[in-house]
Amino acid sequence: MTQLRPPVTVGPEQGPALTRFLRVARKSWSAAVNAVDNTPLKYVVAPLRAAAAMPRWVWLVAIALTLGSVWSFGAIANIPQGMLVGPTVSRAVDRGVDWMVVNWDVALRSLNFALLQHFLLPLERWLVGLPWWLVAGVVALVAYRVTGPIMAFLATGMIVALAALGLFDLAMTTLAIVITSTVLAVALGVPTGIAMAKSNLVDQAVRPVLDLMQTMPSFVYLIPVIMLFGIGKVPGVIAVVFYAVPPIIRLTNLGIRQVDAGVVEAGRAFGATGTQLLLKVQLPLALPAVMAGLNQTIMMALAMVVVTSMIGAPGLGVEVLNGIARLEVGRGLLGGIGIVIMAIILDRITQGFAKQRQPARTTVAR
Amino acid sequence: MGPKLVVRNLWKVFGPHPQQVLHSEWRHKSRNEVLQATGHVIALRDTSFEVADGQTFVVMGLSGSGKSTLVRCLLRLIEPSEGQVLINGQDILGFHHHQLIQFRRKMAGMVFQRFGLLPHRTVLDNVAFGLEVQGVDKKVRLKRAQELVEVVGLQGWEHSYPSTLSGGMQQRVGLARALAPDPEVLFMDEPFSALDPLIRREMQDELLRLQERLRKTIIFITHDLQEALKMGERIAIMRDGAIVQQGTPEEILTAPSDEYVGEFTKDVRKAAVLTVRSVMRPPGVLVSAWQGPRAAVHAMHQAEEELAFVVDKHERLLGIVTFKAASEAAMKGSACLQELITKSPLVVPADALLESLLTMTVDYDWSIEVLPVVEADGRLVGEVRRASVRDVALAAKAQQPAAPVSPQ
Repeated sequence: MTQLRPPVTVGPEQGPALTRFLRVARKSWSAAVNAVDNTPLKYVVAPLRAAAAMPRWVWLVAIALTLGSVWSFGAIANIPQGMLVGPTVSRAVDRGVDWMVVNWDVALRSLNFALLQHFLLPLERWLVGLPWWLVAGVVALVAYRVTGPIMAFLATGMIVALAALGLFDLAMTTLAIVITSTVLAVALGVPTGIAMAKSNLVDQAVRPVLDLMQTMPSFVYLIPVIMLFGIGKVPGVIAVVFYAVPPIIRLTNLGIRQVDAGVVEAGRAFGATGTQLLLKVQLPLALPAVMAGLNQTIMMALAMVVVTSMIGAPGLGVEVLNGIARLEVGRGLLGGIGIVIMAIILDRITQGFAKQRQPARTTVAR
Repeated sequence: MGPKLVVRNLWKVFGPHPQQVLHSEWRHKSRNEVLQATGHVIALRDTSFEVADGQTFVVMGLSGSGKSTLVRCLLRLIEPSEGQVLINGQDILGFHHHQLIQFRRKMAGMVFQRFGLLPHRTVLDNVAFGLEVQGVDKKVRLKRAQELVEVVGLQGWEHSYPSTLSGGMQQRVGLARALAPDPEVLFMDEPFSALDPLIRREMQDELLRLQERLRKTIIFITHDLQEALKMGERIAIMRDGAIVQQGTPEEILTAPSDEYVGEFTKDVRKAAVLTVRSVMRPPGVLVSAWQGPRAAVHAMHQAEEELAFVVDKHERLLGIVTFKAASEAAMKGSACLQELITKSPLVVPADALLESLLTMTVDYDWSIEVLPVVEADGRLVGEVRRASVRDVALAAKAQQPAAPVSPQ
């Protein structure tokens, strides 16, 4: 490989100090180039070298264009009107959503109603109705079982803090939404993940959709949801589900694909059907990964609940929103603290569950 | 009854268009040519063999010879491209999905090189797995699993997880799991290759002991010729997806069909594998007990032998008569051979290994230079001479430093 060296010319009249410096500089430059050659950085450097080796006129044109842009390009700066499709696309999407609003109204409305009446509201009522000391006790017990005494002690303290800060009811409302969305996300995500694991075609089709869902800013979900479901708890839940479902899909898929092929083959050799294989071999062995996905999903749901307070989902997020709207820093801060406390407790407990499943998995015979 | 398992002209081609390769001139080209020109791998080429009920059939070959593919094709874990696999006369390649599942559940048991145990289940639940997928009642299947855990000597470990077991013990679980549904055919894919040599030998002996009792039909895959010779009643040797020779261990050792097989068998300690049968010769002079000394003398004279074997009417060995004793008796005009018979100082069983022949004769003074060879029922089938025993001893000595063969 050719090495680039800085053009160094040393005249006879220059002093020995400078010569020494230039020699050292040249050496370290070539050392640096050699070092780059052995690292992934070479993929960055190679195109630069290729650019450096371009004919001179390419450089001249590029420089001329860049300098020219200091003054206006005038009309040629813009894409021609005929090629401008942005407004058309957004109008088409609008029309599509309008169509859905009109034609799916009954179905969406009944879904909204069913979810609200038969799941979300009873759950919320029950959670809010619980006395804070009972919740603290149960959380302490569960934390003790899955993580240990320190976490149990901390969790109890944090629930007491929630109650003392007057955030307990709001936290339970938020919890109701998080639980509802997580249940929906699991119900949606695990089967999708299984389908992706079982078929490469489904995998290739769903993967870009997941990428899209995860790169889309969370606010963008709110717009169609408002159009379709209006404002309130259920649209909040729907937006949260969309936001939080990718990790559990991905990790279910990954978990099943990572199951030792030898174990799966053994299952097949003993006459297991596809369903038996899934239930008795693949899912149990994928469980740690699925649990990790569940943990991620719950965390993302909690993060999104705050955002959905903008479309009328009640809970701790509303406090934060109001704090911003009314410039009440204290109120916003308390809401934030409440969310952090819930995040810590939920995260530790679900991670503890995931770890409990771990030992059974480390056993693939080598 | 016909053979248990018949494999006829089985082909397997890996690649995007196996049928096109099979139905063109590529069918007759070598594996490398086909791979280079078409990107297809001929993993099995026209393999055929038969396995009798209760027989242990060993398929031996180096890695990449297609032996693992072969055993998977027999269960359709890999779908063969062409051919027939008949079990009890039924072609499993014609089975529907449901029939195939039933076949795997009821007729076949498989043991894997890497054990393939379910890490999230206890030993007992692993052993019961085959019955569980059949839908057998929990109590029944656990009872059966318990029996098998005891058969393979793992009592006390029922509730352990596989990860806490050593390799040998894990493979015992694998064996118990394969035996639990009481399959008719046992497929063993290099079952002992992942174990260290000491445990491997122990497991081999254990399997032989079990097999003595169970008499299952076993398809046993291995890359170790020593193991093949030990386990197999019949052996097939594979190369590049084709079977290059099949026969009994003795046939493989004594008459390798080509250089490839010969290369394998070269280093094998034959004395540990071959039996006396391979070195014995037909008995020289045979006289019946009812014949007189004159007849015996005549026979020995004709054959220029110093002694004759005396047998009863069922060809059972009664003893030996020397030329000297017989001729003296003939001179005296005695008509009875009976009292001239002496016991042969050594009687060699035909099924004894050459090794044990050497140990038997190590203290023998060779006062009589011909030893009778008898079947288990006492029938005389041959003789061994001092010279051939010496040859065996020399050959064994020459191979002394050779370790057991493991071609990989």
